[in-house]
Amino acid sequence: MSTSPGQSSGEQITGAQSLIRSMEHAGVDVVFGIPGGAILPAYDPLMDSTKVRHILVRHEQAAGHAAEGYAAATGRVGVCMATSGPGATNLVTPIADAHMDSVPMVAITGQVPSSAIGTDAFQEADIRGITMPITKHNYLVTNPDEIPRAIAEAFYLASSGRPGPVLVDVSKDALQAMTTFEWPSDISLPGYHPVTKPHSKQVREAARLILESSRPVLYVGGGVIRANASAQLRELAELTGLPVVTTLMARGAFPDSHPQHMGMPGMHGSVGAVGALQKSDLLVTLGARFDDRVTGKLSTFAPGATVIHADIDPAEIGKNRHADVPIVGDVGEVMTELIAALREEMAAGRQGDYEAWWAQLNRWRDTYPVGYDLPDDGSLSPQYVIERLGALSGPDAIMAAGVGQHQMWGAQFVKYEKPRTWLNSGGLGTMGYAVPAAMGAKVGMPGSVVWAIDGDGCFQMTNQELVTCTINEIPIKVALINNSSLGMVRQWQTLFYNERYSETDLHSHRLPDFVKLADAYGCYGLRCETHEEVDSVIEKALSINDAPVVIDFVVHRDAMVWPMVAAGTSNDDILVAREMAPSWDSEE
Amino acid sequence: MSRHTLSVLVEDKPGVLARVASLFSRRGFNIESLAVGPTEVPEVSRMTIVVNVTGLPLEQVTKQLNKLVNVLKIVELDEATSVQRAIALVKVKADAGQRSSILEVVQLFRAKVVDVALDAVTIEVTGDDEKVEALLRLLEPYGIKELVRSGVIAASRGGRSMSDRALRPIDRTA
Repeated sequence: MSTSPGQSSGEQITGAQSLIRSMEHAGVDVVFGIPGGAILPAYDPLMDSTKVRHILVRHEQAAGHAAEGYAAATGRVGVCMATSGPGATNLVTPIADAHMDSVPMVAITGQVPSSAIGTDAFQEADIRGITMPITKHNYLVTNPDEIPRAIAEAFYLASSGRPGPVLVDVSKDALQAMTTFEWPSDISLPGYHPVTKPHSKQVREAARLILESSRPVLYVGGGVIRANASAQLRELAELTGLPVVTTLMARGAFPDSHPQHMGMPGMHGSVGAVGALQKSDLLVTLGARFDDRVTGKLSTFAPGATVIHADIDPAEIGKNRHADVPIVGDVGEVMTELIAALREEMAAGRQGDYEAWWAQLNRWRDTYPVGYDLPDDGSLSPQYVIERLGALSGPDAIMAAGVGQHQMWGAQFVKYEKPRTWLNSGGLGTMGYAVPAAMGAKVGMPGSVVWAIDGDGCFQMTNQELVTCTINEIPIKVALINNSSLGMVRQWQTLFYNERYSETDLHSHRLPDFVKLADAYGCYGLRCETHEEVDSVIEKALSINDAPVVIDFVVHRDAMVWPMVAAGTSNDDILVAREMAPSWDSEE
Repeated sequence: MSRHTLSVLVEDKPGVLARVASLFSRRGFNIESLAVGPTEVPEVSRMTIVVNVTGLPLEQVTKQLNKLVNVLKIVELDEATSVQRAIALVKVKADAGQRSSILEVVQLFRAKVVDVALDAVTIEVTGDDEKVEALLRLLEPYGIKELVRSGVIAASRGGRSMSDRALRPIDRTA
C-alpha cells in the first residue's frame, strides 16, 4: 500500500487485485460474503489481504444484514459481497432494507463477463437494473481501470448525506484483466451535493417558534442516530425543557431514563408519546420522516401543530406532511445552530412556558404507562422476558430485533440509554434481520454484549448463520421469544379477523427443537418456560462467551402488543388494551 | 390534472434514462412524453419530460429526481416563457381526388408532405402539441393510416442557457 492518493504505481495488477486494494484504501476491515463463479477472481487476492477480514456466511441475505448490523452498531460503512445471479439477487432484501433505514452499506457483486451480459448467460441477473430503485446509487463496472473510482465513490455516497446502500457490480473479465492501480485523490460527482449546513434564517425562525409555542415536542427520528447527534439532542432538550419522543428507529438517541423522555410514538407507542405528537402545537421534527406507522391516518395527525422539519434529505420535507419551517441540513449541525439561536433569544429575555403542557403530559404518562398483564395460566410472559433481558444486560448491550411482536416489546420494555444499542428493520420490516444483524454488530463491537431478540418465525428465516457465528468465534446471544406463532399476524387475526388463525401456527413448541438446533450449530442451547427461571437463564447466557447462546423462551401465545393504533386509523383512536381507549382530556 | 414540462440535464452515463423513467413510474407519476439527446456540453444530455400530475405534488418528483446522482439540474418550463416543439409524421389515405384538399390543410399548417404514394401521403408537422392536435383533427376524416409522434423538446426564451450553471452546485434547499 505504498501508493499515495492520485498516484499510480504503474505496477500491473489484475482488476481483482485492484478491487481488494480499493477496499483496503476505503478502510474496509471486514466483509461478509459468499464466493461464486463471477466473483471468484476477487476472492483470490482477498485471501492475501491482511487488512480485510472476510466472514463466510451461509446465505447472501445474511451477508447483507450482517453488513447492516455492523454499520448500525459502529457508524462505519458495512460491506457485503456476492457472486452474480442468485448471489446478487439474494442481496436484494438487505439492500432494500438498508435503503429504507438509511444504512451506509456497500454491496459488491460479480457479474458475468461483459461479452456475455445481456445473453441470459449462466448466473446472469441484471442486478444494477434490479437494484436501481433500492440503492442510493449503483455501478456496473466492465473496465478494470474504473474499479478504484467506482469503489471510492461508492463509499463516499454510502456514508455522506443521507446514508444508504450503494451496489458495485463488476464483470468477471474486468476482474481478470490487467490494470494499474490509482486511488482517486478527489471525488467529483457534479450531480451530488448534499446540503449539511442549515439555512440560518430558518433556524432562527424555528427558535422563535419553540419559545412562542405552548405545546411543543421534539419528534426525534433515526436520522439523529445516523448523524451521531445524541449529544446535541440532549443539550437542546435540556436547554428548552421540551418533551422528547423517539421513534422506533431512534430508540437510544435520547436516554429512556431522562425525565423529559415521553417514550416511543406510533402504532405501538405509549399514550404519552402519541399524545405528545397528536395534541402538540409545534412539532420539532429532527431526522424523522412522518412514516405511516408514526402518523396513523395522515389527515388527522397532529391537526393543531405547526411543523418544523429538519432533514438532510430535501425530498423528505413536505413529502407526507407540509413543513411550515423546512430546514435542510445535517441534523447535528441544525441542532447546534438551533441551540445557539435559542441561547440568543433567551439572553434577550424570551423564555418558553410549557408548564400546562407538562402537567398534561405527566398525567398521560402516569395514567397510561406502557405495561402488560401476566398470563392467567401461569405461562411465561414475553414482555417480562424482554424486560428482564434489558435490565440484566445493562445499558451497553446491543439489541438486534427481528420483526413483529418481539420487536415492539424490544422497543417498549428494554430501556435504552445510548445510541446504536437498538438495531432493527424499521422501514422494510424484514423478518430474519436479527441473527445476521447481531452477528454483524458483534463483529463491529466485539467488546459489547450483543443479543438478537428474535421470534420463532423470524429465527427460522436466517438461523443458519449461527454456524457462521460459532466457526468465526462471534459469540452472539439469541433470546428466542417462542410463541409458536407468527405472533403479530396472529394478533391482527385476533383483532380484525374474528380469531380465524389462518396459517399463523408454526408449531414451534414442538418442532424444531431449538435447543437441539442450537447444539447442532455448536451453540449453547437453553430453554426457559417459567418466570422463576428467567433471571438465572439470562445470567447464565451472559456468563458464556466462548460460543453463541440460544435461549428458547417458551412464552404465552396470546400476549398482544399494546397500546395500538390500528392501521389506517387516527392516532386519536389509540387503544391501551382491547376496547380500552384512553381519555385525553381528564380533569385539569 | 395538471401538465408540466421538465427539462432535466443529466450526465451521459449508461442507465441514466432507466433511472429517470423508472423513478417517475415508481413514485406514481405518469410520463406523457419524453425526449432525450445530447447538448452543447460534452457528456451532458438533456431530457424533456412532459408529466401529468394528479394528486401528488410535482415538487415530490423533482426532489426525488434531484437525488439521482447522475441528474445535474432540473428546470420546469412553462409555456409562456419557453418554446416547445414536437414533430409528428402522419400517413393519411389520399387518392387522387382527395390529395389536393389534403395539401391545402398541409399548407395552412405550414406542414410538409415528405412522401407521396398512389393511395397515401405522409405529412411532417412540427409545432407544439396544440398545433399537432389541430392538424390531426382536420386529417382524421381522410383516414389516418399511421401516426408517429416524438416527445416534446423545449427551450426557455431569452439569452440564458440551462447548462450555464449546471455544473455548479445546485441549490437543493426545500
